[in-house]
Amino acid sequence: MPEQLLFAAEVTLNGLMAGVMYSLVALGFVLIFKASGIFNYAQGVMALFAALTLVGIQDGQIPFSHLINTIFGTEMHDFGWHVPAFLAILLALGVMILFAIVVEKFILKHLVNQPPIILFMATIGLAYFMEGFGDLMWGSDIKKLDVGLPQGISGVIDETTFDWFGYGFFIDRLDIAATIVAAILVSVLVLFSQYTKQGRAMRAVADDHQAALSVGISLRFIWVLVWSIAGFVALVAGIMWGTKSGVQFSLSLIALKALPVLMLGGFTSIPGAIVGGLIVGVGEKLFEFAIGPMIGGATENWFAYMLALLFLVFRPQGLFGEKIIERV
Amino acid sequence: MLYREAGDYKTTYTEDSQTFPIKLDRIGYYSVLIIAFLVVPFVINDYWANAVLVPFLIYAIAVLGLNILVGYCGQLSLGTGGFMAVGAYACYKLMTGFPDLNIFFCVILAGFVTAAVGMLFGLPSLRIKGFYLAVATLAAQFFLVWLFNKVPWFYNYSASGQISSPERTLGGIAITGPHTEAWAKYLFCLVFVFLLAWLARNLTRGNLGRSWMAIRDMDIAAEIIGVNPLKAKLTAFGVSSFFIGVAGALFFAVYLGAAEVGEAFGIQKSFLILFMVIIGGLGSIFGSFAGAAFLVLLPVLLKNVLVGGLGWQTDIAAHLEFVIVGGLIITFLILEPHGLAQLWRIIKEKLRLWPFPH
Repeated sequence: MPEQLLFAAEVTLNGLMAGVMYSLVALGFVLIFKASGIFNYAQGVMALFAALTLVGIQDGQIPFSHLINTIFGTEMHDFGWHVPAFLAILLALGVMILFAIVVEKFILKHLVNQPPIILFMATIGLAYFMEGFGDLMWGSDIKKLDVGLPQGISGVIDETTFDWFGYGFFIDRLDIAATIVAAILVSVLVLFSQYTKQGRAMRAVADDHQAALSVGISLRFIWVLVWSIAGFVALVAGIMWGTKSGVQFSLSLIALKALPVLMLGGFTSIPGAIVGGLIVGVGEKLFEFAIGPMIGGATENWFAYMLALLFLVFRPQGLFGEKIIERV
Repeated sequence: MLYREAGDYKTTYTEDSQTFPIKLDRIGYYSVLIIAFLVVPFVINDYWANAVLVPFLIYAIAVLGLNILVGYCGQLSLGTGGFMAVGAYACYKLMTGFPDLNIFFCVILAGFVTAAVGMLFGLPSLRIKGFYLAVATLAAQFFLVWLFNKVPWFYNYSASGQISSPERTLGGIAITGPHTEAWAKYLFCLVFVFLLAWLARNLTRGNLGRSWMAIRDMDIAAEIIGVNPLKAKLTAFGVSSFFIGVAGALFFAVYLGAAEVGEAFGIQKSFLILFMVIIGGLGSIFGSFAGAAFLVLLPVLLKNVLVGGLGWQTDIAAHLEFVIVGGLIITFLILEPHGLAQLWRIIKEKLRLWPFPH
């Protein structure tokens, strides 16, 4: 096989893996949008916050230590213990569920029946709030997250491809782990929404708020549930991205990367989020590989948005979105 | 007792349809103008100009522009930062390319360039609606910032990749560059604010503004009664981008003096201006000013209280600022989704009825 083609194949594979990471973030958006019609801008910050909390719990950091030290002039930083990864993840999940309850109680409850743009703005406000809150709580330095996921080049794939083509593919083992985790996550979500009582209630709400209310489904409970699940998805995404590039502020910007993924796939479709993520991941890597060097590189910053923009002109509801029917 | 329309008889249609139908409002408006033009320039100092007044005026222009698009025409846009960058770079190229051109016209022309770019990116709005459009405008934001970073022609091949405004004068008085006096900056921006606010007010209550509002309220119905959606949406994008471009040009040339595109005109700026629109009130000229004033003053106030007053470290204060701004936005949306402008309207309504409750 010619060398260029091999490179392109490697880039495509890496793009697919990156796409899975985007899909993970996009999933959280879709879940909330389907269940409550809210476009949750805070999803990326939720991932950041979840990852921060996880690291904080693992290292036994004292929350708000920086703030407390400043106000009371004390000198304290951590409890001096290390929590095992599994327990820490469970605790972080607990924090995210608590967060979902707080959001429902203090924000969503009061904003029922407002136009979508107001709800969207509220989630941007929420994103600002959590960004500052997370930094106040755990400090703003870059942290290393390690929950025991494999990292580094995958030796098996490197050797196998070398035997086949005479050129070893570079694939990060973390990306493979992310793919597996994403597959499990999606299967669990699908099973949950198809076969459990709460899952069905969730789909009913997604279909029609008023009809769901009239058959006795508690909207408020479903919202807490959905935000908790979105918090869980954010935690998973936060773990993956945090392991990959460290837990830092830029983690919250992956939310912006998830937006074109959503547009491609359609806001209301879980398979759409996955397929959209893969298209964006492969597309931007291949574009950077093929065209990037000619026009100065760093095309990854905007390629996904342009792709989504052009795509939407021809199909305004995305790949899998519900057909938009407008009536007067 | 004073705030009544009773006794203020109108004898012509022009009088009847004026912007401020109540006499006290008119007096208030003219006295604000007199203070802004004739008093403030004499008492202003560097700190007030740079920290509060000049940013407030410039943001007010940008917020007016975005309010036309989002508040009056209902097209959600997250590309404001990118369009401001277009204004800034257009102004820079005009200033360096034509050194004899008056700075006033540089800024105006930069606005027209931005209007053209804005209309180009507004084209998809004919097909794409709502949140999809908001995300589509992100394409403009990221693409434009990338473009100004990567193509050296835009920053005249300078080594740092920054643009810095050369000194330009207006009637012998420096407007841009390091030797500018605070009052000159202030007055130059104020003239633009005055002209553009007047333009915005009159556009929005005329034929064009009504067609925008029809599109906002329900686009299909508007189309059926004969509003041309192509014309309405593209003019909204054009006018809005013109305002934003002028704001970007002033922001770079007068306020910052030197700018790096990713830092000065990044996505954060888009959100900041959208916040100003929402907090001020969608579809309100007064709200645009109120929102800009609120979000310019708040960080200054917080910084003075926390860092200056309590002696906290700046990074904690910065984090707390995020928390407070975020919390305030949510509180505002819950208590009064129509922003400061609606509060103002309620107060005025109460005043008119006072001392009676109904």
